[in-house]
Amino acid sequence: MAKDSISGTLLVAGLLSVVCSALVSISAVILRPLQAENRDLDRKKNILQAAGLFEEGRSVEELFAKFEIRIVDLASGDFVDDPDAATFNQRKAALSNDQGLPIPKKDDLAGIKRRSRFAPIYVSSDDDGSLQQIILPVHGKGLWSTLYGYLALDSDLTTIKGFAFYEHGETPGLGGEVDNPRWKEQWIGKQAFDSAGNPRIEVIKGAVDPDSPEARHQVDGLAGATITSRGVSALLEYWLGEKGFKPMLDRLRDEKGN
Amino acid sequence: MTDKPSKVVLDPLFNNNPIAYQVLGICSALAVTTKLETVFVMAAAVTAVCALSNSAVSLIRNHIPNNIRIIVQMTIIASLVIVVDMILKAYAYGISKQLSIFVGLIITNCIIMGRAEAFAMKNPVGASFFDGLGNGLGYSFILIVVGTLRELFGSGRLFGHVILPLSTEGGWYPSNGLMLLPPSAFFIIGLYIWLLRTWKKDQIETS
Repeated sequence: MAKDSISGTLLVAGLLSVVCSALVSISAVILRPLQAENRDLDRKKNILQAAGLFEEGRSVEELFAKFEIRIVDLASGDFVDDPDAATFNQRKAALSNDQGLPIPKKDDLAGIKRRSRFAPIYVSSDDDGSLQQIILPVHGKGLWSTLYGYLALDSDLTTIKGFAFYEHGETPGLGGEVDNPRWKEQWIGKQAFDSAGNPRIEVIKGAVDPDSPEARHQVDGLAGATITSRGVSALLEYWLGEKGFKPMLDRLRDEKGN
Repeated sequence: MTDKPSKVVLDPLFNNNPIAYQVLGICSALAVTTKLETVFVMAAAVTAVCALSNSAVSLIRNHIPNNIRIIVQMTIIASLVIVVDMILKAYAYGISKQLSIFVGLIITNCIIMGRAEAFAMKNPVGASFFDGLGNGLGYSFILIVVGTLRELFGSGRLFGHVILPLSTEGGWYPSNGLMLLPPSAFFIIGLYIWLLRTWKKDQIETS
């Protein structure tokens, strides 16, 4: 069969596709456990970085040990023991029928369509058991991708201790600047809620005027990344709001008050 | 076209360097050269992909239909790059995050495609392997030169170890911020090409 005939061309193209896809899928299967382990370590590192606790040269596992994972039922704000915290996967849960649910369009500020009824949160406490800080997983749509991050709140449950994304596919140099350490530093010390307890934190267009009374609820926008900036504001509004962690945060604030 | 392997490997380092002489693959050379750590990983990835894709293309060169030869080469290169990307994610996660899209973009690195089309389609497997290796090393060489200069003068470090203590951190060296920005790689590569062509006059293009 001549190699330039139609059948020859199809044969070569077909065989090549089979060989190449086999190569790619075999390596994907073999390397998946290692990659998953790396991602897990990286996720813990990100949680620590969001909390401002990460130290270069110290074992991530060791630093992470002072955090306790709790599973929150988002609607009631209560901690629950089922599903099990050790194996719970929020992304899988969001897609499942029993643990996930669709978000009505009008409520879907973060643009995520479905969410899990439960969320894992990370709590560190003092020796006497009072809450020191709490780390909440948040995610929402940017321009190209869903941004996944962690928001760390101080013991007053309002002051931001740190905010970092650990996974996104925004344009490097524009929306990708959410990873910029200088931008991330701005979040520290900002107030995520107003005095009435409603979520109020926003990435604005341009730079924050430090004299404005609103400055404590605002963060500089990312130049050239309006949609990513808006996405970040919207996902925080969603996750700190009634449909997100607000019931739990209200409950914890009440408990502290008593 | 039956050069000795040593010549095929060494030629691309100075005489026929893919960046300095063929002026290919500049994009990634600008992007990944702020730190030597990423430079070495990127250089190893490109060299591996280039050598393997050349070998694979050469192996089936007599069976590749002429009409779809570019697509065939692309498929082979793309598969290899995906595998390399997955290996990096498994064994060097931190660095693979820093290199982000640039590993994926090896697919569009003109050096690899260029060598597959210009060399591997006409030469036996052994020679093609060494040609890929040599061109990968030629690319690596320039990357290392540029990366060394940029990391040293931009952040005062080599491989993350402080060589020139920065004035912002209590040392004496005021950092050259331009070196951390992509255009500085243009200047360094430009100066390098000028020096090389002053030394090897036969590389000057006649107009």
